[in-house]
Amino acid sequence: MTSEDMSKNNAAPNPKDAPAKASLIYDPKIRAWFYQILLLGGVLWFFSSIWGNLTANMARQNIRTGFGFLDNTSSFEIGFKLIEYDRSSTFGDALLVGFLNTMLVSVTGIFIATLLGFTIGIARLSSNWIIARLATVYIEIMRNIPLLLQMVFWYFGVLAVMPGVKQSIELPLYSVFNNRGLVTPAPQYSDNFSLVWIALVVALIVAFFVTRWAQKRQDETGKRPPAALINTGIIVGLPAIVWLAIGATLTFTIPVLRGFNYVDGIHIPPEFIALLWALILYTAAFIAEIVRAGILAVPTGQGEAAKSLGLSEKHRLRQVIIPQAMRVIVPPLTSQYLNLTKNSSLAVVIGYPDLVSVFMGTTLNQTGQAVEVVAITMTIYLALSLGTSAFMNWFNARIALTER
Amino acid sequence: MQKKLILAALATAFGMSATASNAASDGGTLQAVTDKGFVQCGVTGGVRGFSAPDADNNWSGLEVDFCRALGAAIFDDVDAVRYTPLTSTERFAALSSGEIDVLSRTTTWTMTRDTSLGINFVGVMFYDGQGFMVRKSDGIDSAFDLDGASVCIEAGTTTELNAADFFSSNDIAVNTVVFEEQDEVIQAYQDGRCDVFTTDSSALAAERLSLEDPGAHVILSEIISKEPLGPSVRQGDDAWFNLNRWVYFLLLNAEELGVTQANVDEMLASDNPAIKRLLGVEGTYGDMIGVSNDWGYRIIKALGNYGEMYERHVGPQTEIGIARGVNALWTDGGIQYAPPVR
Repeated sequence: MTSEDMSKNNAAPNPKDAPAKASLIYDPKIRAWFYQILLLGGVLWFFSSIWGNLTANMARQNIRTGFGFLDNTSSFEIGFKLIEYDRSSTFGDALLVGFLNTMLVSVTGIFIATLLGFTIGIARLSSNWIIARLATVYIEIMRNIPLLLQMVFWYFGVLAVMPGVKQSIELPLYSVFNNRGLVTPAPQYSDNFSLVWIALVVALIVAFFVTRWAQKRQDETGKRPPAALINTGIIVGLPAIVWLAIGATLTFTIPVLRGFNYVDGIHIPPEFIALLWALILYTAAFIAEIVRAGILAVPTGQGEAAKSLGLSEKHRLRQVIIPQAMRVIVPPLTSQYLNLTKNSSLAVVIGYPDLVSVFMGTTLNQTGQAVEVVAITMTIYLALSLGTSAFMNWFNARIALTER
Repeated sequence: MQKKLILAALATAFGMSATASNAASDGGTLQAVTDKGFVQCGVTGGVRGFSAPDADNNWSGLEVDFCRALGAAIFDDVDAVRYTPLTSTERFAALSSGEIDVLSRTTTWTMTRDTSLGINFVGVMFYDGQGFMVRKSDGIDSAFDLDGASVCIEAGTTTELNAADFFSSNDIAVNTVVFEEQDEVIQAYQDGRCDVFTTDSSALAAERLSLEDPGAHVILSEIISKEPLGPSVRQGDDAWFNLNRWVYFLLLNAEELGVTQANVDEMLASDNPAIKRLLGVEGTYGDMIGVSNDWGYRIIKALGNYGEMYERHVGPQTEIGIARGVNALWTDGGIQYAPPVR
């Protein structure tokens, strides 16, 4: 480019009489397109070169590739599983077992951590000095100690020093607790018991509509029908009637000590307890802080207005403060849910057979197909996280402030 | 301009990384090792007798000695070795990614590993088999009485598979608890989480010593598998493979010919042509594997032969105390056999 060209361009400050035939290089649209295409090309080249490198290197090292291994016999056992699985199952089944174990601990953990976190968050704002300080101490301890240490502490420090099998602690309802975990009586359903479950589901659906009807009724007339009472009646009554009507039976097998271990019962291994416990206590501390931030974000005027309307303390919190605080709480709460799910992968340290332990640990090692196994695991965690995000975004949109 | 610079930098980075990874295998591992001046050796996190830090915090053990022998052959320095402690699940990736040059980590030679992981097994340093350890107080004296027991296992091992095979084929229902690291397995067994600890019987003998009260535990007599443990290298680098393999054979040949650390200097003057070839007095056997011709002398002088290594680390005189058994030379009724240096 010559200086003459430059001065030509500089000499056209007024867009109205700018020459239409300016060089294409200076057309902002074309420039924008050019850079977009350059970037896209760069990204494509980046990934294709990674892929090329990968396949070339694997072929050169004679490493087996492909996803066929998922159908092969796994030949290993998994100690804790929600579905049928033994050594003659496939690696695909092992993947499913690991996935379900991860889901179990994540979903349970999210549920309980939310309850605990809300309680502690509100407690920290309590006007009762002791309760507020206790909540502060809890939060500061839990969120400042690495999660891994907490897991190791609960597993090797607390649960492992519980009494041995033969000195088990006897709990109420025929449950026992020892260093192999918790053993509870196992329910035995008769074949027609499934009808009772169906009745329960139906009752829940009916209860949902009753609640909506009660809400509508309250909006229209200002009087709230006793929905809670009606619903309790339906949820308890309907399954009970079905149960008695069809004569289904529900018995429990009581765990007994035979040989090395207790048999005939549901075994909840200490690995699961330690993992869940650590995840809940750790995440609840963060949720508590989020809840506190959310409540403090609601202008004090709102609470005062509620008070001057004569709302009770309960209604002030439930109807005025929390709904507004939720708008601040939900987005960071989503991150905590994602964190809890991903943190559950630390399970491998304390021997809980989660997705990472079963699939990225044992399966990867027995098949040697690191790239495929890691790719599948990453995809699953990504899908779990995106799924949680999508749900929470939907929830957030529902409770977001509606501008009228 | 800045964007272009970044792009150029990226291009160089990837171009370079592509060439670097190629050089490691095309130029040969031996060349790469010679250039950096040490052998990077993958070992266990600590299995006494095989690879564990000794009282002076130096790595020591039968499998460590193999790596030291490589150091002696290449650099005439047994300490020209750096160690990478690996878990069972990390080990193969560490080898195939080039993080280590040789994996000498109580690794069982199996068909799957040999054919589909891109690695080659050099030889068998120790013929082992899987066993079980239980508490004496449980009064168990056979692995067939383990029905209902909880079993602690290390993840990603053949142990995990053998245990599943054995228990399912004998209709023994057990509950397995799998940990990533051997230390955690031992801890869990010691804490009473499990009734049974299972691994290679040599490792059982070694780990038993690290328990609080070794006398309170017994190793059952059943051996349920074949576990030939040996070092392995990346597939596709034959020169490096040959060097490793012949270092292993040399250790066996030296024992067979009676060349020891103590008499190796006298043996230099031996009339036996086989010993002459072994110690590099005659022939150019070192050249064939890319090291100095006196490689045999260097190794034996520094470390002794296979039998001496065995006695030093796992033999009956040590605290681990495993008799030679099948690990004796073929001439002594064992199955350790090496082709001749010729």
